[in-house]
This record gives sequence, C-alpha cells and structure tokens, in this order.
Amino acid sequence: MAALTKSAQNARIARGHKNRTAGDWAALILLIIGGLVMLFPFIVLLLNAFKTTAQYNSSGPLSLPTHLQFDGLMKFWDRVNYPEKLWNSVWTSGLVAVLAVILSMFNAFALGIGRVKGRRWIVLLIMLANMLPQEAMLYPLYIMFKQIGLYNSPWAIVIIFTVIQSAFGTYLLSSVYGTFPKAILEAATIDGASRWTIFTKIVFPISRPTLSVMLVFFFIWTWNEYMIPMAFLIDNSTQTIPIAVASLSGDRLMDVTTIAAASLISIVPTLVFYLIFQRTLARGITTGAVK
Amino acid sequence: MLMWIIIIPACWNIYLSFTDYRGIKPPVWSGLKNWAKLMSDVTFWVSFRNSIWMIIAMVIVPILIGLVLSSLMFDVVQKRFGAKAASTMRAIYYFPQLLPISVAALVMGWIFRPENGALNAVLKAVGLGNLQHDWLGKPDTALIFLMLIMIWIQIGYPLVIFMSGLQRVDPELYEAASLDGANWWQRFLAITLPSIRPEIFVVALTCTIAALKVFGPVYMLTRGGPGTSTIVPSYYSYTQFFQSQQVGYGAAISTALTIVVVIVSIVFTTVQEKTAKEDEE
Repeated sequence: MAALTKSAQNARIARGHKNRTAGDWAALILLIIGGLVMLFPFIVLLLNAFKTTAQYNSSGPLSLPTHLQFDGLMKFWDRVNYPEKLWNSVWTSGLVAVLAVILSMFNAFALGIGRVKGRRWIVLLIMLANMLPQEAMLYPLYIMFKQIGLYNSPWAIVIIFTVIQSAFGTYLLSSVYGTFPKAILEAATIDGASRWTIFTKIVFPISRPTLSVMLVFFFIWTWNEYMIPMAFLIDNSTQTIPIAVASLSGDRLMDVTTIAAASLISIVPTLVFYLIFQRTLARGITTGAVK
Repeated sequence: MLMWIIIIPACWNIYLSFTDYRGIKPPVWSGLKNWAKLMSDVTFWVSFRNSIWMIIAMVIVPILIGLVLSSLMFDVVQKRFGAKAASTMRAIYYFPQLLPISVAALVMGWIFRPENGALNAVLKAVGLGNLQHDWLGKPDTALIFLMLIMIWIQIGYPLVIFMSGLQRVDPELYEAASLDGANWWQRFLAITLPSIRPEIFVVALTCTIAALKVFGPVYMLTRGGPGTSTIVPSYYSYTQFFQSQQVGYGAAISTALTIVVVIVSIVFTTVQEKTAKEDEE
C-alpha cells in the first residue's frame, strides 16, 4: 500500500500542472475578478495622476489621460520635500521592524518554548500595548517624552512603535511556538543542545516564514502610522510621508490630480519594499516544513 | 520599557477619567461624575453599537474570505498554476494594506464623493445615473460604505498570515487526503482549518482589537458623521480630548473602551489556551 501510494504520488507530481480541472480554472478566474476589485482604486489613481486639471474637469475621473504630464507630481515633490520625508519614513520604519522582530523573538522564545507558568497573563500584559487606544496614550506620552527631550524627535517614534509592534509579535510567535512539537526539543536537549543552540538551530529556522511576515508587517504598519507621528512630529523636517499626504487633504487649493499623484508617489516605496520581500515570503515554503 | 510606555499612560488615563480636566488648569478630582454621565450618554452607546458593525467588517468577513482565499491559493493555485501565480495573487489582495490610511481614505473618499467621484461616474457611464448618491455623506449609506472600505482594507492581512501558516503544513497530508478522495472542501475542513488554528486566533483577536479601536479611517472619511451615524468610541473620545477639551470625559470613554478590549482579549486567550490544551491531549 505504501509503495502504491508513493508511486501514485510521484505520478501526480509528474503530471503536475497539466492536471488542471474545470474547477481549478473557475477558482483562478474567481480570484482574478476579486483581485481586479481590490485593485480598482489603484487603477483609478493611476488614471488620474498624470492628467491635467482641465482634462479631469472636462472628461471626468475614468477617461484615459490624453498625454502624460507630471505637474501634479512635481508640485507635491517640491512642496513637501519628498526625499526628506522618504528618508524619515524609511529609517524609522526599518529600525522599528528589525528591533521589534528581535525583541518579540526573544520574548516569545522565553514564553512559548520555555512554557513559563502564567504565560497567558504575561502575554496579555504585553498585549496591553496593542489594546490601549492610541488617543488614550497620547497625552501621557506627550508629557513624558517632552520631559526627556525626545518630543519632536523621530527616536520617540522608534521607541514607541518598537514596543507596540513587538507586543503583537510576541503574541503571534508565542502562539506559534506553543504548538511547536515537544518531541524535537526534548530530543535536542537529550543530545546535549543548549538553549541557545536550540534557538538558533531549530526554532529560528522553522519560524522563519512567520518572522519574515512579521518584518514586512512591522515595516508597513509603522510606515502607515498616523496619529502618534502626527502628534509627535510637529516639525516639517521630521515628518513622515503619510503625514505629508494627509496634510494635502485639508488643503482646498489642492486639485484632484495633484492628490492622485501624491497618493501614488507615496505608496511606491512600500510597494517596492513588499515586492522585494515577497520573494523571502515564498522562500519560507521550503525551509518551513517540519520533518 | 513596557512599563514606561504602556503602564504609566494606562494608569494616568484611568486617573484622569475620575477628574474634571480641561487641559489647562490641573485636574480636579470629580469622583464618578464622568462615569455617570457616560452611562446615560446616547452617543456613547451609539458608538459601541457601531463598533459591532466594525467587528463584522474588520474581523468576521475578512477572516471568512481570507480562509477561503488562502486555502484556494495554497491548495489550488499554487499546485496547479505554480508558486509564482499564487504569490502574485497574494500581493494583489494584500495591496490595500500597503496604503497608509491617509492615502486609502483620500482615494476612497474621492471615489465615493458626490461630485465627479469615480463611482458616480461609473453609474452614469452605464446608464444608472439616477442611482448616484453621496455615498459617505448620507446617513443611510455612510455606515455600510465605511464597512465596505474596511473590508477592502482588511482582507490582505488574514490572507498573508494564513498563507504563511499553511507553509508549515506537510504537503503530503494534502496528497494523502486527495488520494483518499477528499475534495477541496473536505481537505479545507480536515487539514487547513486545524493546522492554522493558532493563526486564526491571532488574527481574530488582533482584528477585533483593531476594530474596537478603529480611528484613522473614520477620522479621515466621515468624521463620525453624518450626525453620529458612523461614530466609534475612539473617535468620540478623540473629539472630547482635542475638540471639546473635556479631557476627563475623553479619558473616561477611552478607559471604558480599554476595559472592553481587555475583557475581549482575556476571553479570546482563555478559549485559545483551552483548544491548544485539548489538542495536546
């Protein structure tokens, strides 16, 4: 029976892609239609970012631009000093992502694998960082950071969001580590592996897919944060991209095509970042299997 | 560090909820006054009723869709059409998550706006001009359209987490199951669901918390209006904090919200722990 299963399986793998049924195609088509719905706002954005205001007014939001023009883009670029905002966003989000992943990994390893007593309550306490409404933290944090002189400094953002993001990371990882097969760990301990070896040789490789997802999430979430950066970074030179874009919507003088262009240019960095890490996410497939 | 960033603000906030504080003069102890006012405040209860709609839009619908999508992508697309097709699909569905809320709100607000918005333009183009509407500006459609926007934003999150969870699953399980004649739905129930249970819990809890605390989209799209039709607790306390300068009352609202969130989290993790234990036995 085992041999039979094996050969059937091999045959299946060999046939592989050719073995598509009508149902498979139906699923694919359904997914593509759904995907188009998801992308619709982006398409609308793309259609209008390169139009002139005059063309937008005369032919509406759905017409194709007759010729490319970059007025809206240039206006936004100069006005908010885009490269400066880009750099602010990149280094704060990047640093937060890396620090938070490291912090949550150690937290979760201690809690999940170590199976500390009352670990649920510790996780809950850490999760408080995620549970508190940000507007409730705004006043106290504002006063505290002012006292230590970090108000209006991007470092305040780095510190606050490393704590907030690692709270989520600790919860996710300790849930995953909690389901970790004990047999492997016990075998490793019997073989004389230290906790550090277990961590670097077993736990880390297996949780790699989850870790890379966390890294991507933390970067994007921090990048997209709005309320706390808006309150903390009052200086134009320390602001991040989302704040710069949001300040446009209050500006009545801004025309729609400029807003479309600004939105478009502001998502390019995260898009590039995601596409780079997309490969890392896929690579997790081979390293992730528990054998 | 955690103490410093989280615990102190939390305690501070609880303290303020028992005071009369306008942001300028030091807080004056006022006992339960804010809390009594809260209990009889219609707007407060409306904001929590809207929270339930937000949970439907940000937790229940995205998780259900995310489960089906992720297992379709993992089980069908990846196997039959290759890993590249699957990861492209995943990127497309994740796309709205990449947008900063400010940009997503800007674009959506503009698609749904009454004059020359994209949705109304589409309706006009296909001859349904009389269906044109101020989608986010009228009480009858504001909430439902806010919910649709939230679903659109949220779907990518469970999808990506579920797919990363599925990567831990041994592919031979699926092979064995389909050799035994299990169809897609049976494989979904027997393999997909149980193996990504930790992820489902994590997504459900974090999304519920996010839904209870939701602020950015409401602030940028509808400002809680028209009237109070889309008001949520977070936004309500924000207006008390920063617009009416009723800091004490705002603190009471956000403390109430925190309490609800904490209770929900405790319930969630209790259930999660229980199912994890049953699993081990």
